[in-house]
Amino acid sequence: MFEMLSDVFKENGLILSFALVGVVMYFSYLFSDKLTKGRLHGSAIAIIVGLVLAYIGGVTTGGEKGLSDIGIFTGIGLMGGGMLRDFAIVATAFGANIEEIKKAGFTGVLSLFLGVVVSFVVGVAIALAFGYTDAVSLTTIGAGTATYIVGPVTGTALGASSEVITLSIAAGLVKSILTMIGTPFIAKYIGLDNPRSAIVYGGLMGTTSGVAGGLAATDPKLVPYGAMTATFYTGLGCLMAPSILFIITRSIFG
Amino acid sequence: MKSLVIYGVTLLALCMLAGAFIGDLLGNILGIEANVGGVGIAMLILVLAVDHLKKKKKLTVKSQEGVAFWSAMYIPIVIAMAAQQNVFGAIDGGPLAILAGVAAVFVSWALVPLLSKIGKEKQNTMSDELIGGSDHVRDAK
Repeated sequence: MFEMLSDVFKENGLILSFALVGVVMYFSYLFSDKLTKGRLHGSAIAIIVGLVLAYIGGVTTGGEKGLSDIGIFTGIGLMGGGMLRDFAIVATAFGANIEEIKKAGFTGVLSLFLGVVVSFVVGVAIALAFGYTDAVSLTTIGAGTATYIVGPVTGTALGASSEVITLSIAAGLVKSILTMIGTPFIAKYIGLDNPRSAIVYGGLMGTTSGVAGGLAATDPKLVPYGAMTATFYTGLGCLMAPSILFIITRSIFG
Repeated sequence: MKSLVIYGVTLLALCMLAGAFIGDLLGNILGIEANVGGVGIAMLILVLAVDHLKKKKKLTVKSQEGVAFWSAMYIPIVIAMAAQQNVFGAIDGGPLAILAGVAAVFVSWALVPLLSKIGKEKQNTMSDELIGGSDHVRDAK
């Protein structure tokens, strides 16, 4: 009986995940309404529930794909994977206003460069504080602090040790997850309530998942603006970290 | 000609494929193994295409539904995305990784208001600010 049910789930992974996410959202919105009187947005709660489930998945399987590493939940990997995520992000641009994008275009580009450099410098500083002194390790950890993709790309290019590369990925993951959880809470304090600041936000934070999740839980209308700049960040980071940022780091720390 | 929901989805798909291709091309030209802004480029193409089609009155309500559906599926998809993050790996990274990630987020947050101000004086954004402000007051209640 249970085996049959589990087979049905396994064969219809994507469909199961539609059902599962719907149920999680129903209870999250109910919780948001009844217990926080809407102060904590339902989607923020649902994202936190998702992250908790991902942690449980990681602990029980030792894999890297959260809940989707558990046999019957592989459909979550498809639903929340890069392909559908990017498709849905592009679709949100349907409601975006060209004038807003044009107005904030320059600020958006500026925020991208500043965002990569600031996260890099913070990462290098923390790595220094933990006793790393060689330019390759410092650069790799700084790059990973930008995003968890820039870290390994840079580390591999510079020949960093696998221990350092793993650290750099973890730093980027922490940034991404904190952005997802923290954005709705910090939004009102940093004026994140209009397209312009959302464009800046995407450029400064840079993690597509973090910005996508964080803005969804803050105000879905801001998503296209933030996501648009954020998707340039990883490319820019992969461009700058192993080249100019490495050269500067090497000239300072030898 | 008959109007179909799939036309909207097709438009969306074509925009994404074009963006992904241009992003890969850009990465290739720059000599890095990454897609440079593919999704962002796709979004720009979609915004321009929708604007163009709307002006020509070629974008029917049915076609718009095809795009709107995927736009509405965004939050559920993001929740599924959250459920497959490597949260265990992030926490397992130890104090250095956690501190670096947390510090980067807080410093970046602090910069948002500063950068948002740049070039803002030009327009009548004062009223926008007021609207945002009163929204917050309502939220607080």
